[in-house]
Amino acid sequence: MPKSAPFSRLHIVQRGDLSGAKTSLYRLLAVVGALTTGGLFLLALGFNPLSVYWTMLSGSLGSSGMQKETIKLMIPLCLTTLGVVLAFKMKFWNIGAEGQICAGAIAASYFAYFHNDLPSPLLLTLMAAASILAGGLWGLIPALFKTRYGTNETLFTLMLNYIVLHFITYLREGPWRNPEGGFAAMPRFTKQARLPELPIPGIGNVHIGWVVMLATVVFLFIYLRYTKHGYELTVVGENERTARYAGMPVKKIILRTMMMSAGLCGLVGMLQVSGPDRQLTDAVANGRGFTAVSIAWLARLSPFGVMVVSFLFSVMQKGCSMMQTEYRIPSSMSDILQGIILFFVLGSEFFIRYRIALQKEAKA
Amino acid sequence: MSFWSQLLAFLYAAILASVPLLYGTLGEILIEKAGNLNLGVEGMMYLGAIMGFMGGFLFDSALMAILFAFLAGMLGAAIYAFMTVTLKANQNVTGLTLTIFGTGIANFIGETLKETYPAGMTFITDRVKQVLLPLRLGALSEVPVAGKLLFSHSIFTYLALAIAVAMALYLRCSQQGLNLRAVGENPSAADAMGIPVSRYKYIHILIGGGVCGLGGAYISLVTAVGNWQPNIVGGQGWIALALVIFSSWSPVKAVLGALIFGALSVLRLYIPKDVLDIPGALFSMLPFIVTCLVLIVSSMKMKRENQQPAGCGINYFREER
Repeated sequence: MPKSAPFSRLHIVQRGDLSGAKTSLYRLLAVVGALTTGGLFLLALGFNPLSVYWTMLSGSLGSSGMQKETIKLMIPLCLTTLGVVLAFKMKFWNIGAEGQICAGAIAASYFAYFHNDLPSPLLLTLMAAASILAGGLWGLIPALFKTRYGTNETLFTLMLNYIVLHFITYLREGPWRNPEGGFAAMPRFTKQARLPELPIPGIGNVHIGWVVMLATVVFLFIYLRYTKHGYELTVVGENERTARYAGMPVKKIILRTMMMSAGLCGLVGMLQVSGPDRQLTDAVANGRGFTAVSIAWLARLSPFGVMVVSFLFSVMQKGCSMMQTEYRIPSSMSDILQGIILFFVLGSEFFIRYRIALQKEAKA
Repeated sequence: MSFWSQLLAFLYAAILASVPLLYGTLGEILIEKAGNLNLGVEGMMYLGAIMGFMGGFLFDSALMAILFAFLAGMLGAAIYAFMTVTLKANQNVTGLTLTIFGTGIANFIGETLKETYPAGMTFITDRVKQVLLPLRLGALSEVPVAGKLLFSHSIFTYLALAIAVAMALYLRCSQQGLNLRAVGENPSAADAMGIPVSRYKYIHILIGGGVCGLGGAYISLVTAVGNWQPNIVGGQGWIALALVIFSSWSPVKAVLGALIFGALSVLRLYIPKDVLDIPGALFSMLPFIVTCLVLIVSSMKMKRENQQPAGCGINYFREER
């Protein structure tokens, strides 16, 4: 067999640590490459990519009303990703954020539908607590089996998504169905069960989820970097054997962290039903659990990074829905762009970790 | 309807529902045997679903539909293979991204079609459907019971079975199959033996992706009878991923697994309401609940020969020791 001469002389070498500036440059280039590819795709469809991109930007940030909508998209996205980050730091593949959001939303909605005679602050507190607990327990199931039998958590968490999603459909069609509505839907929340709004300077009133989001970012930053818990879960993620050798209670750490991760996602469910949705629907998670995986990876699992990337993703999502109204480009363009960006960034990691070297003429 | 004819109809429907699951499972088994875990089955099925649909629509030919579906699945897999084999990106994230991307592309093209052409437009003509929809094999199909169960299916069904048998033989009896398993179990040992690891990975990931694509085409052309709907695959790719574990990486057991899950997904329609009245939404949970149980049970018994290929999920880099 003839050897492919030009390629046998190229080989891949692992790099030492690349400087921070250079790493950022590579990532920036990746995003530029992704947007260019997306632009070419739009061009092939017969649109002017620059004006489409401009519509996306102005449609998501152009007025305070649009900024508000973008922020409302960002709150659940950012919080879900933060939840997912906790699990990912531990190399526990929680792909079940989608289901954990639903579980939290159901628990919160139970109080909103059946205990709405309580005073609003008490009711909202109960709803939040219930959602954290429900989401956390839903995420605890795969963690329990993982620690006990080594059950594959990626698929387990994923299957749980569909189970709880069908449960919402069941509630909608059966026990919780709004008797007054013509088609199967659940009733709107009463006033007590709706989240209060607080003004963001320069933008206006948005439900208080944004305060929760900022507080969680700061909390997680400190938790991951400066607390014993945070240190432990990072070690478990880096090398479980090291953690066990150092005497860390690995099982307990996994269960605790997964409970937090899923609980945070559960809280997103409550914020969503009680904030913008004002009722329980089966679109409460709406793919956020999966988008969160992308964001977590792009943000390299850093809480502040998550905030930045989820903001950019919200701009993209809002922009794509604007694109739909203005150019009649289907809003699934958002998924396509998300895919392209991720492929490029994942690809760029290669050039950060490795370099291609020309082999010296060693063998005669 | 009598009990027996009801049972027959149920079994027939179970076979119909099992075909896309079988394609997804077979494709993923091949990929995992090469030591790669591809979470993009759902995405590759979406790509196959839309491109198979487009092939049938644009060329008015069943052959082109099948070819397009295979190539589309392969193209999705090619992105995945390039990312994970050449660029050594994280397999989980790449696979998930492939799912998001494939779903996006399929829904995008589907919506654009509906926007562009008048409502109620027939995209897939009878000419194509005649070939792809369940066949009537003359006298054979008239044989009682066996005629319905064995000789009245879409060519997709027979093709899937043929692929299952071929794969089983390939993995067990051929030199290449053994080499492939070595690559999946221990790539550095395979490399030392002189097996071209990357080439093996590429070839099998690509073919596996093509097989997944065929499953997608079955969904859009046979299950949906050539009517495109948004979110048409609806999680079947994920069930296929779990079926890989259920069948413990054996193509023959995959046939059985797909049948069981196909049966679960249509069971509701065949149980009389007066026997058992469970709301439809709760019934839809069933395949997913059973999948969880399967995951748990298979992790509990831990038989060595029934495990995932040992190199699965880890990228191979020759110079890393």
